[in-house]
Amino acid sequence: MIKLTINDTPIAVPKGTTILEAARTLGIHIPTLCHMDLHMDQFGVVNQASSCRVCTVEVQGRPALVTACSEKVTDGMHVSTHTPRAITARRMSVELLLSNHPKDCLMCPKNLECDLQKLAADLGVRDIKWAGERIDFEKDESSGAIVKDPNKCVMCRRCETMCNEVQTCGILSAVNRGFNTFVGPAFNLDMKETSCTYCGQCVAVCPTAALTENNDIHKVWREINNPNKHVIVQVAPAIRVAVGELFDMPAGSISTGKLATSLRRLGFDAVYDTDFAADLTILEEASELVHRIQHGGVLPILTSCCPAWVQFFEHQYPDMLDIPSTCKSPQIMFGALAKTYYAEKKGIDPKDIVVVSVMPCIAKKAEAKRTELSHHELQNVDYVLTTREYGLMLKEACIDFANLPEGDFDHMLGESTGASVIFGTTGGVIEAAARTAYEWLTGETLEQVELTQLRGLDGIRSGKVQIGDLELNIGIAHGLGNARKLLDSIKAGECNFQAIEIMACPGGCIGGGGQPYHHGDMEIIRKRQIAIYQEDRNKTKRKSHENQEVLDLYEKYLGKPYGEKAHELLHTHYVAKEKI
Amino acid sequence: MAKALAQIPTVSVKDLPKELFDQLDGYIQTLEDKKGSLIHVLHRAQHLFGYLPKEVMLFVARRLDIPAANVFGVVSFYSFFTTNPVGEHVVSVCMGTACFVRGADKILHEFKAKLGISTGETTPDMLFTLKDVRCVGACGLAPIVLVGDKVYGRVKLDEVDGIINAYVVKNFGKEQ
Repeated sequence: MIKLTINDTPIAVPKGTTILEAARTLGIHIPTLCHMDLHMDQFGVVNQASSCRVCTVEVQGRPALVTACSEKVTDGMHVSTHTPRAITARRMSVELLLSNHPKDCLMCPKNLECDLQKLAADLGVRDIKWAGERIDFEKDESSGAIVKDPNKCVMCRRCETMCNEVQTCGILSAVNRGFNTFVGPAFNLDMKETSCTYCGQCVAVCPTAALTENNDIHKVWREINNPNKHVIVQVAPAIRVAVGELFDMPAGSISTGKLATSLRRLGFDAVYDTDFAADLTILEEASELVHRIQHGGVLPILTSCCPAWVQFFEHQYPDMLDIPSTCKSPQIMFGALAKTYYAEKKGIDPKDIVVVSVMPCIAKKAEAKRTELSHHELQNVDYVLTTREYGLMLKEACIDFANLPEGDFDHMLGESTGASVIFGTTGGVIEAAARTAYEWLTGETLEQVELTQLRGLDGIRSGKVQIGDLELNIGIAHGLGNARKLLDSIKAGECNFQAIEIMACPGGCIGGGGQPYHHGDMEIIRKRQIAIYQEDRNKTKRKSHENQEVLDLYEKYLGKPYGEKAHELLHTHYVAKEKI
Repeated sequence: MAKALAQIPTVSVKDLPKELFDQLDGYIQTLEDKKGSLIHVLHRAQHLFGYLPKEVMLFVARRLDIPAANVFGVVSFYSFFTTNPVGEHVVSVCMGTACFVRGADKILHEFKAKLGISTGETTPDMLFTLKDVRCVGACGLAPIVLVGDKVYGRVKLDEVDGIINAYVVKNFGKEQ
């Protein structure tokens, strides 16, 4: 142990601890901006740029101030965190950042969520003493998913760490030099011309509004208020355990009933649950798996629910496109059915139906725009809102979410089982599939529905599920860097899994790029995961093939799972794309 | 807001000679630590192609298994690397302190006027590229102009025409 004093208080901490971490154990929160430590051992990534100089402290005997985030403690060190010199230096660092930063905070998409804004407030910045030249870059809104505004960048490099080290996509890099430096893709391409997956993890960690999502709120309002349109909405599983955070409810609150009520109050014509389509996905995917096992098809099968993951393998592994399941994602399956089955049953012209999705995800915005995910020239899904955008709509509509009465989803595309709820967390899709595969293949009832061997938050996990004589080896990865490791092992022929689940975001959809900002507190993601599993337990039906509305759909419309009609509406194909 | 100069897309050239890529690949094959040799490889690439268009950077990125964004980040950082085609003769006007106080800015201005281009640009006939450079280390000869490797010292304004013409004539001779 290393012994030192911080503000005259003696403390002993393990070797290798930084001043920042040591101070936190004493309840002293030295401010930071560029520093990012998500404390996720399975990812082990810390952004250590030490570029913002906001965490400077005084160390006795050291002539210069030191940055607490990078300086390791030493024996006998005397640290002072709030000498006038340290405080002045911190404030000056923030003032210098602000001197080249737009001051449109009131209109900024990150207003009240911005780390720089909070720092300026906490440090009592009242005026900027320096007025110099200002950077003047063009915003990139090309992707329709992620908006990149270099004018608001503070060069903390968190996005680069996320994109290059955690997700291994390698889209973002600092380019140019000096005053002209900004973070952007190769060759000054627009984001849409790159192999960006739109996972949005860069957005999730950006301290300012340099990276945000495309805002589709006004378009959805316009559709809701168009009397000629029948606007139906679906919400993804991970929303119900996160949206409450936007209304000061504790992390991990389950608000499924309030969510249904709030959607109806906003004015949607029908309020549905993507969980319905998740159950449907399981029936299709489990059928595909059984088909591949029985017909000597390609194994392992990889899940295809996550659109960032789909983009990832199309760009990074274009020679392996026969491995992923051909199932469309639940949001797209829902949209395809809304404009066919639902339209037919309700007697509405599909052209007059607008499908809106509320998703924890930014990649879902890009997915909805993929031209092949359409039917009779109508996109399956029209608009995608992130959890954050949905929260904003509720605020605009003066809805007091936390105090809403419980409601329920509409019928026909609204029933869901516990199996579909856990789609929102890493390990959940494959657990749901295994529950159904077990009963289908053995003809017996699965008593222990909770397959805990598949759960957890480790980046790469594996588990076995015994299904009669068949031992199903299952692999799970979350975070695209971990997905890459699994894919490389398949490529090298070292992998003996039959089924693999991959989700692009750390934690799965509960940690999606469109979720309420976690501000580096990954405990929030854990709480959302606990809530997801609780919501599964709250359900009486916990296996996808018990979903009566899904069974009705097959009986009245689709025919057999993995059959001809199902192929037409619920399956897709993948395209090899360039890596750039 | 229009695109800032720093955001202009990199030049893309589709039909670069295959033998140059082969030569570059041959060089890369000889390297033990490929990922650690990015700058060496870029030097070689610029030597071969004269500049680093998008296709050359992509080739390097894929051969070294480095994200293209990182390759571009390095190329755009170092002033030695250029992503635009350069003329046959690169005219570098030293703007170091000694040259500057002896009127290098006026010399540079004269070159701009005579060649009809700004610094960093190339004449349409691809004969000249004009650059302003920092101290070249021969302050006794200030102000200095380099054309390729040839040094012109104590350059006077009325000598600029002659310097340019020498290369125009040389080139004209070659064409004949």
